Amino acid sequence: MSELRFFSRRDLLKTAGAVGAAVVTSSGTEIGAGVEAEAAQPSVRASTGAGSSVREAHESLTAHEADTLEAIVGRLIPSDAHGPGAREARAARYIDRALAGALAGSVGAYRAGFAALDRYCRTSKGRLFVELSPPDQDAVLTDVERGATTGSGFIGSSSAFFNMVKAHTWQGTFGDPYYGGNANFVGWSLLGYPGVRAMVSAADQQLLERNQLQPNRRSAYDFDGFNKATARADEPHTGPDDRPHNDASDTRREGVATTHGD
Amino acid sequence: MATSLPGTDVVVVGLGAAGGVAVLPLAQAGLDVIGLEAGDALTRRDFAPDEIRNNVRDWPMAVQKANQEIPTARPNAQSPTTRMASHPMMNGVGGTTLHYWAQSWRLNPWDFSVVSDTKKRYGASRIPAGSTVEDWPVGYDELESYYDKVEWEIGVSGQAGNVKEKKDPRGNIFEATRQREYPMPPLRWTGWLEKMADAAKGLGWHPFPGPAAINTRPYQNRSACMYHGYCNRGGCHVDAKNSTAVTTIPRAEATKRLKIVSRATVTSIDVDNQGRVAGVTYLLDGQEYVQPAKAVLLASYTYENTRLLLLSKSRAFPNGLSNNHAQVGKHYSSHHTLASVIALFPYDLKAWYGLPAQGVAIDDFADDNFDHGSLDFIGGGNLWVYSDRRPIAAANMNTFGRVPGWGSAWKGFIKQNADRWNTAYIQKSTLPYETNYLDLDAEVKDPLGFPVIRITAEYKTNEERIAAFTQDKMEQWYRVAGATEVVRAPLGGTMLPSTHAYGGTRMGDNPETNVVNRFGFSHEVPNLGVLGASVMGTSGAHNPTLTVQALAWRTADHLVKQWKAITR
Repeated sequence: MSELRFFSRRDLLKTAGAVGAAVVTSSGTEIGAGVEAEAAQPSVRASTGAGSSVREAHESLTAHEADTLEAIVGRLIPSDAHGPGAREARAARYIDRALAGALAGSVGAYRAGFAALDRYCRTSKGRLFVELSPPDQDAVLTDVERGATTGSGFIGSSSAFFNMVKAHTWQGTFGDPYYGGNANFVGWSLLGYPGVRAMVSAADQQLLERNQLQPNRRSAYDFDGFNKATARADEPHTGPDDRPHNDASDTRREGVATTHGD
Repeated sequence: MATSLPGTDVVVVGLGAAGGVAVLPLAQAGLDVIGLEAGDALTRRDFAPDEIRNNVRDWPMAVQKANQEIPTARPNAQSPTTRMASHPMMNGVGGTTLHYWAQSWRLNPWDFSVVSDTKKRYGASRIPAGSTVEDWPVGYDELESYYDKVEWEIGVSGQAGNVKEKKDPRGNIFEATRQREYPMPPLRWTGWLEKMADAAKGLGWHPFPGPAAINTRPYQNRSACMYHGYCNRGGCHVDAKNSTAVTTIPRAEATKRLKIVSRATVTSIDVDNQGRVAGVTYLLDGQEYVQPAKAVLLASYTYENTRLLLLSKSRAFPNGLSNNHAQVGKHYSSHHTLASVIALFPYDLKAWYGLPAQGVAIDDFADDNFDHGSLDFIGGGNLWVYSDRRPIAAANMNTFGRVPGWGSAWKGFIKQNADRWNTAYIQKSTLPYETNYLDLDAEVKDPLGFPVIRITAEYKTNEERIAAFTQDKMEQWYRVAGATEVVRAPLGGTMLPSTHAYGGTRMGDNPETNVVNRFGFSHEVPNLGVLGASVMGTSGAHNPTLTVQALAWRTADHLVKQWKAITR
């Protein structure tokens, strides 16, 4: 039994991205490089740091809606003694971008929800949500979660709004940084997730079990060879032409040649 | 205006687990086969380890046919329907085997003869009231050679427990005898899985690694598994998961006898004036095509198999094709895999890298592997713990009532416990019942204007009793391994759309109660075969795919052998 050419122990130790070679084969190197360059964009932006000092253009939300969202995610997963939270992870940026694409169907629920939230805050506390103290914001969010504020104008119920924002905040905090969230791998560090790898050998697993496996801080799309189009945050699949099906079967056949089985 | 195409020998509708296997024996026999697949051909490049795309957004890179025809569901005829946000299956060359867990079990002999075995061992009164269960017209012994063929053809890893009646305690000592070992050794265990196996042994149980259609060493020129952690609803980036897209389908294509038409949505199965299948009609990029064929094999999954038959009305079949006995849609069940058990441990499980097929199985309480004399149910469940964790799912973990669902306290909890929990997967024998069935929804339509499937079904008392019994066993197992918190999911409820959906075109000798005969061909339409779990009359306590594939091979084999008789 021969070893896989691209997964010799030496290759493995040399580079965690070894899989790219196997996936793409020689002819795909350029494609792979392109993928990496493009996928790197979010990471570069992510590294400019979090917080309100950096003001980016929003893709879906108004400035006030974005500020409200920042305040909400900052209470759901706050920055505290346990480390940075959803603000630092740029969860709101994830949501803003997704609302322009894959989550476009939720724009109305967000817009109505932000307005209803402020309406409720003004009625019960005399201020907008962003103007409240963190304990007051928590109290309001607890009411929203329980559905107690449903009459304020939420689409469906206020708990549906809460659950939606929470689910998207979790995606933006713990999902792949490619989509604009999980900046500086804040979410993965919080969980102790040691990161995306193309291959985890038995030896790697043993290192993990001894707490000696070094975290791998990469997006899935920092690895060569994966079709970026398939992971675009922008659009759900709409037709045959928005993704390459160029060499579908060829890739499969080429891949065969890189291994030696029985 | 429909375009009429030149005829072919066989049309296979759907190139997933079942159709993707059947094309190989057909093509190898020299028949001209056209495979109509609603999805596209996807490759390793499409399979980035990306939880948002795979697990949250439901494969946006794939054709979204199934997701536009999600079945509605209601527990009984008196209740309103609900509709899930996504379909459990997907479209693509290879179908859901592209991203399935790849657990590849054989059923137990009991699963094929529940009625006669139960009568013999416990008496006829033990068959649950209202169940329409029948013995299968085919038994394990007859299927064994097809199980074997598929295991070696697609590549299954595992540890045999019974080769030619010789028991091996490293494997499943409860399994029926097999003619040889698995082609590959089992997936490895992690430290925590070893610990779970030891705990099971301490209880006097018989733990073993489960079988998987995943390479554990290079096999047929494809890589071994990389354990990268994104196998669950993820495609394999190194083709180590043995979907039909990388195994039987390319081998069938190599014969030059298989032509694949992707993005083809079949809208009807057409009959001639003698009530025999003449071919199919499909849509491709908005254009309608008529594809004549001497035989048609319907392999589009339980819901779509049933729907296509019900939608294919003609003078000879006014209530849907092969439905003159009103059996299409009957004897339905969603495998009872709910009623899970979740446990929290006081130590990290180190489960970040692994896959759902990598785990420890207990079959001591599956099917009729234990005595039911003093129990109030028949059947049982397979207990399965596995190594599978992704960050978003981990952050959504159960907090066991210890902290709220967000805020600082939650964050502290998640920081400590994200890698300390496990959810058991317990597959339970599920029987068909008179009041559990599929039909067409009168109100909800797909984008083409065709009604979607409506599931009317709920878990019955027998299945709920199995659930309670197996949850007890599971909790016991977790506790012995050191779990500090254990919670249990509800015992039953509505049968929602499932990846393990059985019945609707059940196989049986009696045409009054079954749609297809013992070889998988329609009782009413001799040149129409049906492939998939829709022909299965019982679920057993294990994943259906390998059985589906063994049956598909057998049906294709029968078509080859009886070609003249079937096609006249």
